[in-house]
Amino acid sequence: MNREKKLNLTAYILLIFGSIMMLFPFLWMLFTSFKTVPETTMIPPTLLPNDFSNMAAYNQATASLPFLSLYFNTISMIFWRIVTALLFSSMAGYAFAKINFPFKKILFALVVSQLMFPAQIYILPQYEMIARLGMADTIFALVFPGLVSAFGTFFLRQAYMGIPDDLIAATKIDGCNHFRAFLSVAAPLTKTPMAALSVFTALFAYGDLMWPLIVNTKTNMLTLSSGLSTLRGQFSVNYPNLMAGSVLAMIPMIIIYLIFQRQFIEGIALTGTKS
Amino acid sequence: MSLSTFGRYKQKIFDSAAGLGMVAPTIIGLIILNIYPFFRNIWMSFHKSGSFGKWTFIGLKNYTDMFSSEGFWKVTGNTLLFAAMTVPLTIIIALLIAQLLNQKIQGKGIFRAIYFLPMVVAPAAIAMVWKWMFNTDFGIINIVLTSLGAPVKMNWITNPNTVMLSCSVVVIWSSIGYDAILLLSGLQSISTTYYEAATIDGASSFKKFFKITLPLVSPTMFFVVIMRIMAAIKIFDIIYMMIEPTNPAIKNAQSLMYHFYRESFVMNNKGYGSALALWMVFIIAVVTFIQFIGQKKWVVYDV
Repeated sequence: MNREKKLNLTAYILLIFGSIMMLFPFLWMLFTSFKTVPETTMIPPTLLPNDFSNMAAYNQATASLPFLSLYFNTISMIFWRIVTALLFSSMAGYAFAKINFPFKKILFALVVSQLMFPAQIYILPQYEMIARLGMADTIFALVFPGLVSAFGTFFLRQAYMGIPDDLIAATKIDGCNHFRAFLSVAAPLTKTPMAALSVFTALFAYGDLMWPLIVNTKTNMLTLSSGLSTLRGQFSVNYPNLMAGSVLAMIPMIIIYLIFQRQFIEGIALTGTKS
Repeated sequence: MSLSTFGRYKQKIFDSAAGLGMVAPTIIGLIILNIYPFFRNIWMSFHKSGSFGKWTFIGLKNYTDMFSSEGFWKVTGNTLLFAAMTVPLTIIIALLIAQLLNQKIQGKGIFRAIYFLPMVVAPAAIAMVWKWMFNTDFGIINIVLTSLGAPVKMNWITNPNTVMLSCSVVVIWSSIGYDAILLLSGLQSISTTYYEAATIDGASSFKKFFKITLPLVSPTMFFVVIMRIMAAIKIFDIIYMMIEPTNPAIKNAQSLMYHFYRESFVMNNKGYGSALALWMVFIIAVVTFIQFIGQKKWVVYDV
């Protein structure tokens, strides 16, 4: 018993030490964003800013980057990517799991084969398509590579495989066709995997830097990620401004995360273990 | 009899139509967004991009240029070194965290949420704050180190010898939480009866870890290793944000993806860029293949 207690104490110490290491950069970012430039170059440095109501850095960051547009663009990109991923992937996932139709094996092999290729092989041709369509600097350009998802299809197929065939057969006796069975029985049963896929899609889209950097170059069409990279160019050593921009870019997702923390973590664990 | 045959036919046709109809958006989308681009990328790699979307056939020149360029091999070496520096450490630390979180402790949810936090922050923002912490004169890391007695202030991200190390620290820090979550779910699926039996037999916790935990979590770990290696080979955002083009240490920090981005979209050398993209696919394929061969030695699938 005593040994176990000692073990637990070590566990706590290690976990708390680790937590400080994980949290410190975020706190440092937050504190720096309220400091003045001279405050950041003081030696020894102060941990806390002199004045927590000093919003100068936030004013300068928002003056040089249209943050409202960046929020709108990022949220639109995430929203449409989730909608299309859920809609198309769940339809295809259901069909691959529960319906017999011609060419099913070949078509499914095609989906699975896409899981093995890294996305960078598609970037140049996808960019070329967007440029030819004259769609650069649009929300559509941001959503484009995420219109369909091989991973989502595969992942939701696994989920539909878990639904007993009898349940689908029973709805058919009641005169339901596959669309009805899918919409009213199968889809509602896969809420958890769908939520997991949404979290996965949202985090990936939000963090992605290269694609938005390439297709959207107008300042008011940037995402939060690509916007930050232009901020870096403008304020190379003005760290309060850079930190204020970073805080503004991460705040919305952090708030959503704090509210749906369990769904986030369990969703990510699910997308990881089920594939 | 004939009616039911008719009914079955009708059902079959309905099923075919429903199935094909439901997979159609995904399949058409994959053809446009993935299959066509795949072949287009191969086509591009034999061409040189000109202005206004003009392409000139140049045969294997992009490849011969690539393989004979010193910079290309340097970048490939950087990328592999980067993978070697980050993947094992990330997974070892993540496994340690997962193991600690798998004990009977209070506040498990809070710890889990804290370690996972970097996953919900855009890498661009993460790179920004670490760049500030790594700052030579006023960065908190150097200030702490000198106060602990370090003789000189290190140029963490402008010194060619430390630049890769600094980027690795950031990447490890931001990915351990994600891996720990995955490994933790692997650990939690291990039945407690194994441990109870081992305790009765008087096995030490050390022995339990190596004889029970490690083999039983190995399938999850295999998945994490594969995913982590792929991510390391594709590293772009952290390096792009931390290393400016004017950074004197850039030669030692450029990854393949960074090089790909600069060649394709800054130098506008898209034919060469597409050859680089294929090279990355090749490297990922080789490394994954080695992993799948190697897994037979350490991954335990059935107990």
